[in-house]
Amino acid sequence: MKSFTYERATTPADAAGIVASNPGARFLGGGTNLLDLMKLEIETPTHLVDVQDLKLDRIEPTEAGGLRIGAFVTNTALASDERVRRDYGVLSRAIVAGASGQLRNKATTAGNLLQRTRCPYFYDTNQPCNKRKPGSGCAAIGGYSRQLAVIGSSDACIATYPGDMAVAMRVLDATVETVRADGKTRSIPIGSFHTLPGDTPERDNALDHGELITAVTLPRPVGGTHVYRKVRDRASYAFALVSVAAIVQRDGSGRAAFGGVAHRPWRVEAAEAAMPRGAVEMSNAVFADARPTDDNAFKIPLATRTLAAVLAEVKP
Amino acid sequence: MGSETFQLSRREMLMSSATTAAVSSFASETAEAAPPVKAVPTYKVAMTVNGASQTLTLDPRTTLLDALREHLHLTGTKKGCDHGQCGACTVIVNGERINACLSLAVQHQGDAVTTIEGLGTPERLHPMQAAFVKHDGYQCGYCTPGQICSAVSVLEEIKRGIPSHAQADLMAAPKPTGAEMRERMSGNICRCGAYSNIVDAMADVAGARA
Ligand SMILES: Cc1cc2nc3c(=O)[nH]c(=O)nc-3n(C[C@H](O)[C@H](O)[C@H](O)COP(=O)(O)OP(=O)(O)OC[C@H]3O[C@@H](n4cnc5c(N)ncnc54)[C@H](O)[C@@H]3O)c2cc1C
Ligand code: SF4
Repeated sequence: MKSFTYERATTPADAAGIVASNPGARFLGGGTNLLDLMKLEIETPTHLVDVQDLKLDRIEPTEAGGLRIGAFVTNTALASDERVRRDYGVLSRAIVAGASGQLRNKATTAGNLLQRTRCPYFYDTNQPCNKRKPGSGCAAIGGYSRQLAVIGSSDACIATYPGDMAVAMRVLDATVETVRADGKTRSIPIGSFHTLPGDTPERDNALDHGELITAVTLPRPVGGTHVYRKVRDRASYAFALVSVAAIVQRDGSGRAAFGGVAHRPWRVEAAEAAMPRGAVEMSNAVFADARPTDDNAFKIPLATRTLAAVLAEVKP
Repeated sequence: MGSETFQLSRREMLMSSATTAAVSSFASETAEAAPPVKAVPTYKVAMTVNGASQTLTLDPRTTLLDALREHLHLTGTKKGCDHGQCGACTVIVNGERINACLSLAVQHQGDAVTTIEGLGTPERLHPMQAAFVKHDGYQCGYCTPGQICSAVSVLEEIKRGIPSHAQADLMAAPKPTGAEMRERMSGNICRCGAYSNIVDAMADVAGARA
């Protein structure tokens, strides 16, 4: 690990200011992703700004009847919150389907949203990777791409966003709240928070350097049956090959977002009208523009079948 | 001027563990232009470990795991993968289990840490330690301290109503069933495959408590 200096910020604007003024500085949440990448020297920050003292560890009701989840709320605390279990079950389910008990106790809401891809070539510093080293090429294209994206990818990068929590937040229409060094705040809809790789795969999301996530807000509950179904190579403690986060109403209408298939949680709102007509029709619409590789073409029928299993599970 | 630069790098070299870099700048013909080798910064961290206050002065790169093992010589906590994938480094911080390898010691200012050494002693085993012995919950024993710290926390988490992937109803209180314990223990890998005996040991402790 490269040497770095460390400090604890005391207010969100202070934290944003310190990081914004230093290109080598990074925020430190739980550290379960950043420290892993620092050990491998995939990330080499020169200064860490720990956000644990910013008092962003509360879950509070909003005036709109939703919930405001502080950026430093741990994954365990969020999944356990009674309001979340009752009104936003898909979120609890997605969180407990990810990582391990130990990691969820340490991982934070913001850090989880910002976890980086698990593309094996991103992790192997001997390989070219446009995300790790812009302009170096992409070893995954033409390489072993079983885990990688089937849709929304580019000629520069075919990585997937690996997380579970954000897939549920996508189906819940969450909003990411941020603050910048000058104290200005932004509310970014989750659908435009994670970006597609395009020509800038080094970028994962809409944040600027030094922009601090302060909270994620959820709109008022929409009812329905909440399901998170994750398909992986072993039954626990593995990243998704494909996952489905769904909220289905009694009349069969609903929403669904897919994990493990793209550079961001994948939701096509226009395809959701087809949900009452079944998984095949909806999935055909969701994956109409898919560009899978030979290694990962299996993910499309797998996604269709996972959605079919979800719809069968919620049938009254 | 040149000797002044040398003096500076030499003094910093003594403070630094990056001696190779310091030596190469000293050997360089253009010692004046060579960047001075920066001393590795250190920070003071105070925490309670197994009930005793400890103050350490550490390079911020030091993980909680290395602080415990290399600085406090509490070698019960094991280093397996060092990347949060195996669970051998599991310790209990402020009542919650975490992977000590993916946490910097400086993140734990003021925290209370419990390691396997703090759970019980050879004379007075923690009930979970006794149950692991009784049920043969290990073979080589390398993952065992992490397994036991996790197992103790898992029963606590079930009691506190923390949900899990194995739960059918998120609003119902979880119970210490085999399925629940297996799912909640998935962050602890055992290469010898003592899993079924570990679940037996946990069931024994959970039953005794119920
Ligand atoms: C073995 C293993 C298995 C895993 N399995 C899964 C899985 O199955 N599913 C899953 O979803 N995840 C999984 N994870 C990933 C895990 O969920 C993430 O490591 C965790 O959520 C990251 O949270 P953190 O708080 O520790 O982030 P950190 O490591 O602290 O930070 C991650 C990033 O977020 C930035 N950051 C942190 N806080 C803020 C803030 N407030 N504002 C702006 N930027 C911020 C940091 O600078 C850094 O770039 C796994 C991890 C491991 C090690
Ligand atoms: S797919 Fe993206 S992350 Fe993977 S090697 Fe290519 S550029 Fe890097």
